[in-house]
Amino acid sequence: MSIEITISHDDFDIAVLHDALQIGNVQQGAVVTFTGLVREFSHGDNVVALELEHYPQMTEQLLLSIAEQAQNRWQLGRISIYHRIGYLPLGEQIVFVGVSSKHRQSAFDGAQFIMDYLKTQATFWKKEHFSHSSQWVEFKASDVQAQQKWAAD
Amino acid sequence: MVTGNDAEQVKLLFFGQLKERLQCASYNLAIKQPLSIKQLKSHLISLQPSWQAALNNDLLIAAVNQQIAQQQAIVKGGDEVAFFPPVTGG
Repeated sequence: MSIEITISHDDFDIAVLHDALQIGNVQQGAVVTFTGLVREFSHGDNVVALELEHYPQMTEQLLLSIAEQAQNRWQLGRISIYHRIGYLPLGEQIVFVGVSSKHRQSAFDGAQFIMDYLKTQATFWKKEHFSHSSQWVEFKASDVQAQQKWAAD
Repeated sequence: MVTGNDAEQVKLLFFGQLKERLQCASYNLAIKQPLSIKQLKSHLISLQPSWQAALNNDLLIAAVNQQIAQQQAIVKGGDEVAFFPPVTGG
Protein backbone atom coordinates (compact mmCIF):
# COMPACT_ATOMS: atom_id res chain seq x y z
CA MET A 1 0.00 0.00 0.00
CA SER A 2 1.40 3.37 -0.95
CA ILE A 3 0.19 6.88 -1.70
CA GLU A 4 2.10 9.28 -3.97
CA ILE A 5 1.05 12.95 -4.07
CA THR A 6 2.72 15.44 -6.43
CA ILE A 7 1.91 19.09 -7.09
CA SER A 8 4.15 20.59 -9.75
CA HIS A 9 4.50 23.08 -12.57
CA ASP A 10 6.02 20.27 -14.63
CA ASP A 11 4.08 18.02 -16.98
CA PHE A 12 3.66 14.32 -16.17
CA ASP A 13 4.13 11.16 -18.22
CA ILE A 14 1.08 8.89 -17.90
CA ALA A 15 3.16 5.81 -18.78
CA VAL A 16 5.58 6.47 -15.93
CA LEU A 17 2.76 7.06 -13.43
CA HIS A 18 0.92 3.95 -14.66
CA ASP A 19 4.07 1.83 -14.32
CA ALA A 20 4.46 2.98 -10.72
CA LEU A 21 0.95 1.67 -10.00
CA GLN A 22 1.54 -1.63 -11.76
CA ILE A 23 5.13 -2.88 -11.66
CA GLY A 24 5.86 -5.38 -8.91
CA ASN A 25 2.26 -5.17 -7.74
CA VAL A 26 1.10 -8.71 -8.47
CA GLN A 27 -1.60 -8.82 -5.76
CA GLN A 28 -3.63 -6.17 -7.59
CA GLY A 29 -5.59 -7.14 -10.68
CA ALA A 30 -6.86 -3.71 -11.69
CA VAL A 31 -5.45 -0.26 -12.39
CA VAL A 32 -7.80 2.65 -13.16
CA THR A 33 -6.51 6.08 -14.13
CA PHE A 34 -8.08 9.43 -14.94
CA THR A 35 -6.40 12.33 -16.74
CA GLY A 36 -7.92 15.83 -16.85
CA LEU A 37 -7.02 18.13 -19.74
CA VAL A 38 -7.38 21.82 -20.60
CA ARG A 39 -10.35 21.92 -22.97
CA GLU A 40 -11.26 24.52 -25.52
CA PHE A 41 -14.82 25.60 -24.94
CA SER A 42 -16.24 27.31 -21.88
CA HIS A 43 -19.09 29.82 -21.46
CA GLY A 44 -19.31 30.29 -25.21
CA ASP A 45 -15.73 31.49 -25.58
CA ASN A 46 -12.50 29.84 -26.63
CA VAL A 47 -10.16 29.04 -23.78
CA VAL A 48 -6.50 29.52 -24.68
CA ALA A 49 -5.11 28.48 -21.29
CA LEU A 50 -5.88 27.76 -17.66
CA GLU A 51 -4.00 29.17 -14.71
CA LEU A 52 -3.94 27.06 -11.56
CA GLU A 53 -2.91 28.17 -8.10
CA HIS A 54 -3.06 26.37 -4.77
CA TYR A 55 -2.48 26.72 -1.03
CA PRO A 56 0.91 25.08 -0.48
CA GLN A 57 1.03 22.45 2.30
CA MET A 58 -2.73 22.54 2.95
CA THR A 59 -3.39 21.11 -0.52
CA GLU A 60 -0.94 18.24 -0.03
CA GLN A 61 -2.50 17.43 3.36
CA LEU A 62 -6.01 17.46 1.90
CA LEU A 63 -5.03 15.22 -1.02
CA LEU A 64 -3.34 12.78 1.35
CA SER A 65 -6.46 12.70 3.51
CA ILE A 66 -8.71 12.10 0.47
CA ALA A 67 -6.42 9.29 -0.75
CA GLU A 68 -6.39 7.67 2.70
CA GLN A 69 -10.19 7.73 2.85
CA ALA A 70 -10.39 6.01 -0.54
CA GLN A 71 -7.74 3.49 0.44
CA ASN A 72 -9.60 2.55 3.61
CA ARG A 73 -13.02 2.41 1.97
CA TRP A 74 -12.07 0.20 -1.00
CA GLN A 75 -8.90 -1.50 0.27
CA LEU A 76 -6.96 0.04 -2.60
CA GLY A 77 -3.33 -0.92 -3.18
CA ARG A 78 -1.44 2.00 -4.65
CA ILE A 79 -2.73 5.53 -5.21
CA SER A 80 -1.10 8.27 -7.27
CA ILE A 81 -2.34 11.87 -7.49
CA TYR A 82 -0.49 14.40 -9.65
CA HIS A 83 -1.86 17.93 -10.02
CA ARG A 84 -0.24 20.67 -12.03
CA ILE A 85 -0.18 24.37 -11.18
CA GLY A 86 0.78 27.47 -13.15
CA TYR A 87 -0.10 28.49 -16.70
CA LEU A 88 -1.40 25.53 -18.74
CA PRO A 89 -2.15 26.12 -22.43
CA LEU A 90 -4.96 24.41 -24.32
CA GLY A 91 -4.60 20.63 -24.54
CA GLU A 92 -2.18 20.37 -21.61
CA GLN A 93 -2.62 17.77 -18.89
CA ILE A 94 -3.91 19.17 -15.59
CA VAL A 95 -4.46 16.26 -13.23
CA PHE A 96 -3.82 12.54 -12.97
CA VAL A 97 -5.47 10.16 -10.52
CA GLY A 98 -4.57 6.48 -10.58
CA VAL A 99 -5.37 3.62 -8.23
CA SER A 100 -4.68 -0.09 -8.10
CA SER A 101 -6.97 -2.63 -6.52
CA LYS A 102 -7.73 -6.34 -6.51
CA HIS A 103 -10.82 -5.90 -8.69
CA ARG A 104 -12.06 -3.35 -11.20
CA GLN A 105 -15.17 -2.08 -9.41
CA SER A 106 -13.26 -0.90 -6.35
CA ALA A 107 -10.62 0.65 -8.62
CA PHE A 108 -13.24 2.58 -10.65
CA ASP A 109 -15.07 3.69 -7.49
CA GLY A 110 -11.88 4.66 -5.67
CA ALA A 111 -10.58 6.75 -8.57
CA GLN A 112 -13.93 8.50 -9.00
CA PHE A 113 -14.22 9.19 -5.27
CA ILE A 114 -10.76 10.79 -5.28
CA MET A 115 -11.60 13.01 -8.27
CA ASP A 116 -14.99 14.04 -6.84
CA TYR A 117 -13.40 14.99 -3.50
CA LEU A 118 -10.39 16.63 -5.13
CA LYS A 119 -12.66 18.91 -7.15
CA THR A 120 -14.71 20.04 -4.15
CA GLN A 121 -12.20 20.02 -1.28
CA ALA A 122 -8.61 20.37 -2.44
CA THR A 123 -7.40 23.98 -2.29
CA PHE A 124 -6.84 24.72 -5.97
CA TRP A 125 -8.24 27.69 -7.90
CA LYS A 126 -8.54 27.87 -11.65
CA LYS A 127 -8.64 30.89 -13.95
CA GLU A 128 -9.62 30.64 -17.60
CA HIS A 129 -7.72 32.76 -20.11
CA PHE A 130 -9.52 33.67 -23.34
CA SER A 131 -7.91 35.49 -26.25
CA HIS A 132 -8.68 38.96 -24.84
CA SER A 133 -9.84 38.39 -21.29
CA SER A 134 -9.69 36.08 -18.30
CA GLN A 135 -12.11 34.88 -15.67
CA TRP A 136 -11.93 32.89 -12.42
CA VAL A 137 -13.84 29.63 -12.65
CA GLU A 138 -16.93 29.44 -10.43
CA PHE A 139 -17.55 26.28 -8.43
CA LYS A 140 -20.25 24.03 -9.84
CA ALA A 141 -23.19 22.68 -7.87
CA SER A 142 -22.97 19.50 -9.97
CA ASP A 143 -19.45 18.89 -8.58
CA VAL A 144 -20.73 19.26 -5.02
CA GLN A 145 -23.59 16.84 -5.76
CA ALA A 146 -21.12 14.34 -7.24
CA GLN A 147 -19.07 14.48 -4.03
CA GLN A 148 -22.12 14.28 -1.74
CA LYS A 149 -23.41 11.09 -3.33
CA TRP A 150 -20.44 9.23 -1.78
CA ALA A 151 -21.49 10.35 1.69
CA ALA A 152 -25.04 9.13 1.08
CA ASP A 153 -23.95 5.60 0.11
CA MET B 1 4.57 36.57 29.41
CA VAL B 2 1.93 38.24 27.27
CA THR B 3 0.05 41.17 28.69
CA GLY B 4 -3.10 42.82 27.43
CA ASN B 5 -1.15 45.62 25.76
CA ASP B 6 1.08 43.42 23.65
CA ALA B 7 -0.17 42.96 20.13
CA GLU B 8 0.51 39.62 18.53
CA GLN B 9 0.75 38.87 14.86
CA VAL B 10 -1.58 36.75 12.78
CA LYS B 11 -0.49 35.85 9.28
CA LEU B 12 -3.32 36.20 6.77
CA LEU B 13 -3.27 34.56 3.34
CA PHE B 14 -5.62 35.18 0.42
CA PHE B 15 -6.10 32.98 -2.63
CA GLY B 16 -7.79 32.92 -6.02
CA GLN B 17 -10.18 35.67 -6.99
CA LEU B 18 -10.06 37.14 -3.47
CA LYS B 19 -6.28 37.65 -3.72
CA GLU B 20 -6.78 39.40 -7.04
CA ARG B 21 -9.57 41.65 -5.76
CA LEU B 22 -7.59 42.67 -2.67
CA GLN B 23 -4.36 42.83 -4.66
CA CYS B 24 -2.80 41.19 -1.65
CA ALA B 25 -1.53 37.63 -1.12
CA SER B 26 -0.42 37.90 2.49
CA TYR B 27 -0.93 40.39 5.33
CA ASN B 28 0.36 40.56 8.89
CA LEU B 29 -2.43 41.56 11.25
CA ALA B 30 -1.78 42.62 14.84
CA ILE B 31 -4.36 41.47 17.40
CA LYS B 32 -4.45 42.29 21.13
CA GLN B 33 -6.45 39.26 22.18
CA PRO B 34 -7.82 36.08 20.61
CA LEU B 35 -10.62 36.81 18.14
CA SER B 36 -13.18 34.74 16.30
CA ILE B 37 -12.86 34.58 12.52
CA LYS B 38 -15.84 36.92 12.32
CA GLN B 39 -14.24 39.44 14.70
CA LEU B 40 -10.93 39.17 12.91
CA LYS B 41 -12.61 39.98 9.61
CA SER B 42 -14.28 43.07 11.15
CA HIS B 43 -10.94 44.18 12.59
CA LEU B 44 -9.28 43.74 9.20
CA ILE B 45 -12.04 45.73 7.46
CA SER B 46 -11.62 48.56 10.00
CA LEU B 47 -7.96 48.78 8.93
CA GLN B 48 -8.63 48.22 5.20
CA PRO B 49 -12.12 49.65 4.50
CA SER B 50 -11.81 49.13 0.76
CA TRP B 51 -11.69 45.35 1.38
CA GLN B 52 -15.19 45.29 2.89
CA ALA B 53 -17.13 44.13 -0.17
CA ALA B 54 -14.67 41.40 -1.07
CA LEU B 55 -14.41 40.07 2.50
CA ASN B 56 -18.12 40.20 3.31
CA ASN B 57 -18.89 37.40 0.88
CA ASP B 58 -20.82 34.49 2.36
CA LEU B 59 -19.17 32.05 -0.03
CA LEU B 60 -15.69 32.74 1.36
CA ILE B 61 -14.06 29.86 3.20
CA ALA B 62 -11.66 30.33 6.12
CA ALA B 63 -8.87 28.06 7.32
CA VAL B 64 -6.95 28.36 10.58
CA ASN B 65 -3.53 26.73 10.53
CA GLN B 66 -4.55 24.96 7.32
CA GLN B 67 -7.74 23.44 8.75
CA ILE B 68 -11.13 24.57 7.46
CA ALA B 69 -12.71 26.72 10.18
CA GLN B 70 -16.15 28.14 10.94
CA GLN B 71 -16.91 31.82 11.68
CA GLN B 72 -16.85 31.18 15.46
CA ALA B 73 -13.39 29.54 15.41
CA ILE B 74 -10.87 31.35 17.62
CA VAL B 75 -7.68 32.86 16.21
CA LYS B 76 -4.71 33.68 18.42
CA GLY B 77 -1.25 35.19 17.95
CA GLY B 78 1.02 33.10 15.73
CA ASP B 79 -1.86 31.50 13.82
CA GLU B 80 -2.02 31.38 10.05
CA VAL B 81 -5.46 32.30 8.72
CA ALA B 82 -6.43 31.89 5.07
CA PHE B 83 -9.49 33.21 3.23
CA PHE B 84 -10.46 31.87 -0.18
CA PRO B 85 -13.39 31.29 -2.55
CA PRO B 86 -14.81 27.80 -3.16
CA VAL B 87 -12.16 25.56 -4.71
CA THR B 88 -12.12 24.80 -8.43
CA GLY B 89 -9.28 22.38 -9.10
CA GLY B 90 -9.17 19.18 -11.06
